[in-house]
Amino acid sequence: MAAPLIRIEGVSKRFGDFAAVDEVSLEIGEGEFFALLGPSGCGKTTLLRMLAGLEVPTEGRIVIDGKDMTNVPPNKRPVNMVFQSYAVFPHMTVAQNIAYGLRIDGVPEKERQARMYDALGLVKLEGLEHRKPDQLSGGQRQRVALARALVKRPRVLLLDEPLSALDAKLREAMRSELAIIQEKVGVTFVMVTHDQDEALAMATRCGVMHRGRLQQVATPSDLYEYPANRFVADFIGSVNMFEGKLAVDDPGQALIRIDGLGSTIWVDHGVTGATDSTVWAALRPEKIELFHRDPDAAPPALATGTPQGANLLAGTVRHLSYLGSETVYEIDVGGDRIVKVLRSNVRRYEERGFDYDQPVWLTWSPRSPAVLLS
Amino acid sequence: MSKPRPAPLDYLARWPLRLWIGLVAVFLYAPLLTLMAFSFNESRRNIVWTGFTLDWYGTVFKDGPLLEAFANSLTIAFLSTLVSVILGALVAVACWRFRFPFKPAFEGALALPIVVPEICMGVAMLVFFSRIMPWPSDLIWPLNLGAITIAHISFSFPFVAVIVRARLVSFNRELEEAAKDLGASEWRAFIDVLVPHMRPALIAGALLAFTLSLDDFVITFFTAGPDTVTFPVKVYSMVRFSVTPEVNAASTLLIVLTVALTAIGLKLQGRDIAKTEGS
Repeated sequence: MAAPLIRIEGVSKRFGDFAAVDEVSLEIGEGEFFALLGPSGCGKTTLLRMLAGLEVPTEGRIVIDGKDMTNVPPNKRPVNMVFQSYAVFPHMTVAQNIAYGLRIDGVPEKERQARMYDALGLVKLEGLEHRKPDQLSGGQRQRVALARALVKRPRVLLLDEPLSALDAKLREAMRSELAIIQEKVGVTFVMVTHDQDEALAMATRCGVMHRGRLQQVATPSDLYEYPANRFVADFIGSVNMFEGKLAVDDPGQALIRIDGLGSTIWVDHGVTGATDSTVWAALRPEKIELFHRDPDAAPPALATGTPQGANLLAGTVRHLSYLGSETVYEIDVGGDRIVKVLRSNVRRYEERGFDYDQPVWLTWSPRSPAVLLS
Repeated sequence: MSKPRPAPLDYLARWPLRLWIGLVAVFLYAPLLTLMAFSFNESRRNIVWTGFTLDWYGTVFKDGPLLEAFANSLTIAFLSTLVSVILGALVAVACWRFRFPFKPAFEGALALPIVVPEICMGVAMLVFFSRIMPWPSDLIWPLNLGAITIAHISFSFPFVAVIVRARLVSFNRELEEAAKDLGASEWRAFIDVLVPHMRPALIAGALLAFTLSLDDFVITFFTAGPDTVTFPVKVYSMVRFSVTPEVNAASTLLIVLTVALTAIGLKLQGRDIAKTEGS
């Protein structure tokens, strides 16, 4: 990454004793589609508003395009925002809305018109320029907000929950369209969302926030496969979490012993934690394999080198949810512990499917569990 | 078999309700209509109809003191409306946007002119302008109307503030932030976004302030000097001698004027609300 376009340096925002944003440092590069992801109240919107200049940080510095923007008011920043409510001016036409920022900047009439029509075309609203916002649908209003921000050619476009107010079908369509628009204009996008699917599908990189702190910054796949801690593992996707003690920790392998579980968890890499310290193994439901457990048949074969009593768990199907493309099984593995397993429905029917109360084996590859230290 | 329950509007067909409606119409509108009708009466006396004439309107337009009083009233109403709307809107915005020490006390004090009996306000104004801050008596027009105008502003602007304050509740703060984000200064965002949102309330407030000022008698009576007579005060003094159709004609003109203004105001307001509700 070349010199980052946005540098957030130890930024905090405190309201009395409460820290909405707590010492966040982050760099975002030119042309990135960055998503700030987290549950509501995690501080992601406050961070976005500080980038826009609508909030002033209590501590820290925000540098955009090489200039310190920490105390620069919103109207003097090379940044524009698409608000959650879209905030389209109700008393202006679509054309007036889009050209508003240019009019303020004193762009001459002719150029203003040309740029307004370009932006109108970019968001596919041609022919609606004389409409008033109350004659537009929610999706169209969002496009107006998008065009109004992009027409100013900002260095950074901020989007606050851009898809949350749209219905499911439109949301899906808008996801790819936002990505296409971003590619076309080449502007850096920073998006705030609480919807992990949205973030994973659209962003090139995501930052997960929790209680005002940045938990992890990574690409969507790294976030999912290599979560930094329990919060991230749990927030992104679905996960089975096992708390245990680190029994073996070599450079090439590690073994985790879990109280009350009929199996240890063996992974084919070192963990670099102190032996006997508490760790957590996060196992995604789709990374567990399901086999029938017959009393007279041998258990399924495991990866070579798997220690005795590791990565193999006996259980009983307690519940299943058929979702069409896949089925989620809830397996009782004893000790009041339920493990979720997800299986793709690869074929239309199976000779022998899995049903309620069937005895099963659960196995997983030594590469599947993510070992977390916190 | 019991009788079927009447639908809500069926009650209108029953005599007690019709009587009630009739009484309301008689006591509310009959006096006004009588007043208007007798402004066209040929007779000098108001009681007997003797024939149609427009002479009284001619008399009104030839009556110098009455016209002067009318001009005074309009001038005061115009100035007081202008200042009340600006002041009221600013007060409303301040109370809506900011937190400051003693804000509840401030808001309470603001409502005082609305609740204090007019006669008390009148006496207070009389004392204030005669003892504490005497208004020079021989100023040229319209400066000689200053005391009355100030008195009118002081009881009109709280009404404007209350109306505008209510309207501001429905304002989406993100609109203002969006304007600033797009490059607008604080002032520009106020003018471009907040004022258009307040417009219906500003019109309603202006209308109210105008009519409050135009027909105020009590407070004006106490603050007016011999050369600053307003229309209501003048009509009162005319009536003390005798109610001639000239008074009727002048009153009819005033009624027509206020009704027309109200209609225009409501129309503007209706259009504005329709425009801004889509947000």
